[in-house]
Amino acid sequence: MKGEKKRLYLLEIFGLILALIWLSPFYLMIVNAFKTNREIFQDVLGLPSEATMENFVQAYHDLQFLGALFNSTLITTISIAVIIFFSAMAGYALSRNKSKLSNVILLVFVAAMLIPFQAVMITLTSLFGSVNMLNMGGLIFMYLGFGSSLAIFLYHGAMQGIPRSMDEAAIIDGANKFQTFWYIIFPLLKPISVTVAILNVIWIWNDFLLPSLVLSSSEATIPLQMFSFFGEYTRQWHLALAGLTIAIIPVIIFYMIAQKQIIDGVSEGAVK
Amino acid sequence: MRNRDFAFWMFLAPVLFALSLVVIIPLLSGVFYSFTDWNGLGFSTFVGLDHYLRLLNDGRFLSSLWFTIQFAFVTVIVLNLLGLGLALLVTRKLKSSNFMRTVFFMPNLIGGLILGFIWQFIFISVFSDLGQLLGVEALNGWLSTTTTGFWGLVILTSWQLAGYIMIIYIAYLQNIPNELIEASKMDGANAFQRFKSVTFPLVAPAFTVSMFLTLSTSFKIYDQNLSLTNGGPFNSTEMVAMNIVYTAFSSNQMAYGQAKAIIFFIFVAIIAVSQVYYNKKREVEM
Repeated sequence: MKGEKKRLYLLEIFGLILALIWLSPFYLMIVNAFKTNREIFQDVLGLPSEATMENFVQAYHDLQFLGALFNSTLITTISIAVIIFFSAMAGYALSRNKSKLSNVILLVFVAAMLIPFQAVMITLTSLFGSVNMLNMGGLIFMYLGFGSSLAIFLYHGAMQGIPRSMDEAAIIDGANKFQTFWYIIFPLLKPISVTVAILNVIWIWNDFLLPSLVLSSSEATIPLQMFSFFGEYTRQWHLALAGLTIAIIPVIIFYMIAQKQIIDGVSEGAVK
Repeated sequence: MRNRDFAFWMFLAPVLFALSLVVIIPLLSGVFYSFTDWNGLGFSTFVGLDHYLRLLNDGRFLSSLWFTIQFAFVTVIVLNLLGLGLALLVTRKLKSSNFMRTVFFMPNLIGGLILGFIWQFIFISVFSDLGQLLGVEALNGWLSTTTTGFWGLVILTSWQLAGYIMIIYIAYLQNIPNELIEASKMDGANAFQRFKSVTFPLVAPAFTVSMFLTLSTSFKIYDQNLSLTNGGPFNSTEMVAMNIVYTAFSSNQMAYGQAKAIIFFIFVAIIAVSQVYYNKKREVEM
């Protein structure tokens, strides 16, 4: 028993060292964001000789961070709301209507998940360009198209656990189809809605290629701003690193707040 | 009855509309355009298989395809070993298990583009500094050769995705009944034997899931490629996804880029289908 304890102790130390190694890229990014470019070349590992906020101020300004944060938040929130609402409705309809057609439709959605984005991006941007929809609204609509598959799949699975008697009781009380869905079924699907929200927030918030094809610079999101900012400051690591640090702050805050839901949500989505 | 049908279609209409305009129509018209001289706006002639034949002699495309295959092969192995290792570590009764899970998963939340920039700094600046400090020649000039670019991408991707694969393995590890572990202990199995005969067979389905995920993800990687190496030096670390974007949008060869995209799609689909097939076959055996 004593040997067992000692082994666990050693394992704990090993794990903590590994965790520190895992975090080291963030450490290196943050400490060097406080240095001058010259100091980075002289001593990249140590703490800054004097901490200055200058890099952050300039990076914040050049990134047009507040605008980008606003665009990212707006696009992500609306897209997720739209995906959740319409996919839950579709998942509900497909699971309650047991027909061959329902199965075929579900299969089409699932199959669509296998199509890599590159296979459709060229004609997609050309199609949306031809009707002047290469903008934020068009992008949100595209996220609905790409995001609904997984969401419908998850909702459809969750519906199996909700008995039909729930629907019937609501219908007897005089509710129509939509009311039944909105007041009775949708609240019961909340755990899956959280999972769908989390899986999509990670994807949409960080997406680069699609917004880069669709958005104009006035609508740029954080990844888009980061890309042009970084191109401007190649070899000026002090500014580039300060910009990177600022860019990941919202994500870290989100992770700290919703840590448990995030890990649970991802494992929920991964296993299905 | 009619009323029921109407509600059914109304509930499905928004997602069907979005899926058609965003995925189905672009895919089908993409297949069509790949046989024409389409320039993004219109086309004048059918060129048949010209674009597809041209692919076979496109050295840059073929080398990007080969690079991607090698990358996917190595990444799948590294990610699964690492993911399973981390999962085994954090499911032991350690005081800091939750902290470790949080840390190992963290890179997943940050976009590949940003992570690529962070690692660009590490490979270029930190590695050369460390190299001088430790007198290790091999740490100099990272990302400036094809080999270091390749391993740079492998390291970045493994670091980013290992936490995700870890989560999948944890989910399966937690489903192993405790009695089985206890029973094997009673029978005098050591840790290795227990892993080999009890744990490993029971997490095998997790391997199928995560192999599918890692394979298809590493095939489609773009952001990390763009921000870490940007394909350099001399396009030698350019992967297929990046090659397609380059062909279509930087050199404005829409139809040719689309033909590449169709081949890419077929590649990814074959991987997916053979995975499913493999999966099913094993299920029968079990």
